[in-house]
Amino acid sequence: MKARVFVTLKNGVLDPQGKAIGHALNNLGFDAVGNVRQGKLIDIELTEQDEAKAHASLKAMCEKLLANTVIEKYEIELRP
Amino acid sequence: MKSAVIVFPASNCDRDAQTALAEITGTPPHMVWHAETEVPDVDLIVIPGGFSYGDYLRCGAMAAQSHIMRDVMKKAEAGVAVLGICNGFQILTESHLLPGALLRNADLKFVSRPVELVVDESQSAFTRKYSKGERVRFPVAHGEGNYFADEETLNRLEGEDRVVFRYAPGDNPNGSARNIAGILNEKRNVLGMMPHPERACDPLLGSTTGRPLFQSLIDTLS
Repeated sequence: MKARVFVTLKNGVLDPQGKAIGHALNNLGFDAVGNVRQGKLIDIELTEQDEAKAHASLKAMCEKLLANTVIEKYEIELRP
Repeated sequence: MKSAVIVFPASNCDRDAQTALAEITGTPPHMVWHAETEVPDVDLIVIPGGFSYGDYLRCGAMAAQSHIMRDVMKKAEAGVAVLGICNGFQILTESHLLPGALLRNADLKFVSRPVELVVDESQSAFTRKYSKGERVRFPVAHGEGNYFADEETLNRLEGEDRVVFRYAPGDNPNGSARNIAGILNEKRNVLGMMPHPERACDPLLGSTTGRPLFQSLIDTLS
């Protein structure tokens, strides 16, 4: 089973990189660009076949290492 | 006073800490490699600055999961003094030995220069040789030193006199909340700070205002 984990800063946590990307896009002429937030995408291959177990295990990985839950939130996507 | 310095791959202030400790305490510290599982019996553990594990994932995230940190956490809980400097501070927040997190500097720039700090709390094992309100000058060298915590945590840190160092007004190099440069844990035996006191212990380095921090520890722990 494959999983994709998205780690992004929580709302309200300053994201200077996102801001810089937004400014750069504006400078390139993309006038429609408003607020920009950036984050990480982590692809993980798992030997686990059971969806519920895989999800529980990924949640533990996020809490323990992949995200710092003081400042970040995460989303887990499972793909067969 | 017996001390130890933890060395991770890409630590780069471990030898600065070693030199300062050897010179000021008169006893060279144990240098403990990250793959070891136990820190020797010491009074002070220093987690030095650097870019442990290449700052992969997040600064300090990998180091916080290393073998040696399990024993550091155990010893911190048992009351051993722990000083985390720069990357060491990041490792201590990632280990949850200290609250909050260090974010990317607000202006996105790596900052490497001396900064002016105010000692905001002298009632601690780390700062008893300073007086409250005293100005000191330590170098900073980091890209991710922007201290962040929620309002409740910040209020609690201030209410419990756990903010030990603040950037002097107008000299906040990274956007840290409430100018916070260094904080204590609840039991007051763990200090994390972004500026480098170990690099302010010799006149050749431009400042000796870091020495009282180590002398405070000698006084308290010897």
